[in-house]
Amino acid sequence: MNSFLGLFNYWVFIILMVSGLYIVISRENLIKKVIGLNIFQSSVFLFFISIGKIEGGAVPIINHGSEVPIDIIYSNPLPHVLILTAIVVGVSTTALALSLIVRIYNQYKVIEDDEILEIEKLQ
Amino acid sequence: MYPHLPALLVLIPLIAAPVCILLRNSRLLYLLSILVSWSTLFIALTIFLNVINNGVITYEFGGWSIPYGIEYRIDILSGFILILVALIASITITFSLNITLKELGEDRLFLFYSLINLLIAGLLGIVITGDLFNVFVFLEISSLASYSLVALGSNNKALISAFRYLILGTLGATFILIGIGLLYSATGTLNMSDIAVRIDDQLENRVILSAFAFLMVGICLKAALFPLHTWLPGAYAYAPSIVTALLAGTATKVSAYLMLRLVIVFGPTFLYSNFPITQIIIYSSLLGILAGSALALAQTDAKKILAYSSVAHIGYVLLGIGLGGTLGLTGSLVHIFGHSLAKCAAFLAIAAAVMMIGSSELSHLKGLGKKMPWTMSAFVLSALSLIGIPLTAGFLGKWYLINAALNNGWWWIALSLVLAGALSVVYLWKIIEHLYFQTPEQEIEKVTDIPVVMLIPLWFLAGASIYFGIETSFNVGFSTEAARLILGIMN
Repeated sequence: MNSFLGLFNYWVFIILMVSGLYIVISRENLIKKVIGLNIFQSSVFLFFISIGKIEGGAVPIINHGSEVPIDIIYSNPLPHVLILTAIVVGVSTTALALSLIVRIYNQYKVIEDDEILEIEKLQ
Repeated sequence: MYPHLPALLVLIPLIAAPVCILLRNSRLLYLLSILVSWSTLFIALTIFLNVINNGVITYEFGGWSIPYGIEYRIDILSGFILILVALIASITITFSLNITLKELGEDRLFLFYSLINLLIAGLLGIVITGDLFNVFVFLEISSLASYSLVALGSNNKALISAFRYLILGTLGATFILIGIGLLYSATGTLNMSDIAVRIDDQLENRVILSAFAFLMVGICLKAALFPLHTWLPGAYAYAPSIVTALLAGTATKVSAYLMLRLVIVFGPTFLYSNFPITQIIIYSSLLGILAGSALALAQTDAKKILAYSSVAHIGYVLLGIGLGGTLGLTGSLVHIFGHSLAKCAAFLAIAAAVMMIGSSELSHLKGLGKKMPWTMSAFVLSALSLIGIPLTAGFLGKWYLINAALNNGWWWIALSLVLAGALSVVYLWKIIEHLYFQTPEQEIEKVTDIPVVMLIPLWFLAGASIYFGIETSFNVGFSTEAARLILGIMN
């Protein structure tokens, strides 16, 4: 479990998280910032879901009507539920950000943060 | 007490929000929002009285028993902050109709009140819940509502300020989510009291340490601790005036409450001995206090001066958390209470000026003190409380913080606090001088004072700033009890 391949999900999480954060900070285009934010949030979702998988775990569904053996190990379904909520939050945030960009474009005619800063200084 | 009151506290504003979307009559929207906010204050007071008499209240949402279901948990600390949030919300909404009609127009009023109700529901939910993921959900509800509210502002720069606030706020909330995920992977539960029990024996575990680091950075970003404060001046200055007053009194304070709740979950010994986080918080807060006050001096817009002052004052609150001990934590909580009242009153007074003359630039405010005597004298009272004159509520927090600093022998911290107090005199005097002692540049003959129905909530807040500075049994008494609760000192 301590090998590189055993920790694969954590590596993916870290690389995506840092990439997303870098895009948010370094790119001036507002849409690229939103994309970076999305990558950042997706990395967190991947992390959460990957910790739900238990080694040797079965699918967490119980068949009603038949006898349920006591000693089955199930994978954890709770992180999936939490991430559904977090995905909805992420979608709402992206929708809000994009609608703000549409209105910013109507107002300033550019969507680069540094150019908007220049326009603000002149105002 | 009716057993479902904790759920109702959050559900009433949450249900009022979509109802407000369906209404278009401005009177009806206003009355509904007043009804909702004052009933949340009434419920918060009832719950708090119950907590004082009977101890901690736990409410299992949906009847699911505690480690499996979501728990609403009210103790002295959450009850105190609940009353503060509900009070600020009620006063601000009562004040809100005329100004919002002028700034937004009658056709967008339903959006405003719906989002305000969502914001209140989110803020109350953060304070009342005992489940860590529930905190994230309500944090995002309140954050999305506040981004949209800032974007409703009438200034040209409102949209880009809202966008920058959105990017930084979402980064902060996602950091908090990472922290929650790491804690869940190490403990297997999301209930905050259960987590506190389960991490007691694994405090050296690197997963717990990284969870704590991520949570702290996320909360500091939401609380606008220097240098993560850059979203605040733009968001406060260009939002609709009522939104600024409401956010200034509640949003950053609720994030500071979240940090105090984390101190309880991780245990005070963890924060104040194992981890060098307290030094980082103390130095960042000091920088925030001094930089916020210094930047406020350079501004020419009254709202921006008050916004940078808010950066400085949240530095006071987090400095108290960094200093620790009963004195430091009591100072934090007392300052949360005192600063919310005073800053909200100050922003409401500036909002009244905006309503009358359409701008909050200092050059346009000249001579308004004589035309709007009642409003601006309330502003002077709240400025006294912000400076920290003795006998005001703002003084108490600084008194406890200076005591806490001197107790530990850190005289330079006490000196910085006094210096920041002097700086706040300078920038608040700048506003007061323009109001009272300068001749008006433009035509303000027709300016009258605001109607009595708006003066009453404003004077309620300004009077409360003075009243709670003299009669301190409520704020100091319950802050001390909450500080002892956080430090685990049993009575």
